[in-house]
Amino acid sequence: MISISIETGLLLSGILFLLGLIGLLVRRNIIFMLMSVEIMLNAAGLAFVIGGSRWAQPDGQVMFIFILTMAAAEVSVGLALILLLYHRFKTVDADAASKMRG
Amino acid sequence: MQIIFYIAAIIAIFSTVMVITRLNAVHALLYLIVSLLSVAVIFFLLGAPFIAALEIIIYAGAIMVLFIFVIMMLNLGREAKEQESQWLKPSMWIGPAILAAIILVQLIYVLMANQNETFNSTVINAKQVGMSLFGPYLIGVELSAILLLAGIVGAYHLGRRKKASVHRFFEEASE
Repeated sequence: MISISIETGLLLSGILFLLGLIGLLVRRNIIFMLMSVEIMLNAAGLAFVIGGSRWAQPDGQVMFIFILTMAAAEVSVGLALILLLYHRFKTVDADAASKMRG
Repeated sequence: MQIIFYIAAIIAIFSTVMVITRLNAVHALLYLIVSLLSVAVIFFLLGAPFIAALEIIIYAGAIMVLFIFVIMMLNLGREAKEQESQWLKPSMWIGPAILAAIILVQLIYVLMANQNETFNSTVINAKQVGMSLFGPYLIGVELSAILLLAGIVGAYHLGRRKKASVHRFFEEASE
């Protein structure tokens, strides 16, 4: 449908991944950290789909479906952990959970 | 058609930048939905219409709704926004941003060192994806079923309310 170079697509995927990485490193709010992880997973899936499109094989899209499944499972457990953290410490600061006291 | 790709790519990058710089969580979430929709446009242009639909339904639909419900349950007020603006000082974000910019420059250098040959994307429809998914990748489907089951059990266990160990007579007495 379109003719682009694979480098352009991988560059877009890399930029999105790096933005997610910056968000994960910079933010202290744990909700934003989880959102940044979602951005990074989505960028990795974009790289897979670009690769699958380059060689006209469905394998890249299959890998994206697996990444989607993993992201859904990860986000459900992560949000449950956020709720638990908020009920215990009354904050969404990730540093509040730095001490393991059981 | 190339111009649509570049417009969608610019929207995706811009809205992702807005996600990681917003103070209000709901605003960031709405920008994240815009970013996911523009990535879905890119998937459609790359010849993956099934994946574009899945991106909108599952990512922009289901996962973002989970986020919205959790933000509503936390009920973060104005003081959370002020605390967020305290955390997001330039001294906090300048270091990781510079390091990530160096990695980006390296990535651009590596990618542009090769010759830039274009390819024409061909449409791979849902039938081919399904044939591949339930053929050679069947073990992956079963493993992701186990992963989702583990996710359900884990989320239920974490979200379960513990029963109060104090008898209600003492609770009333303490009040």
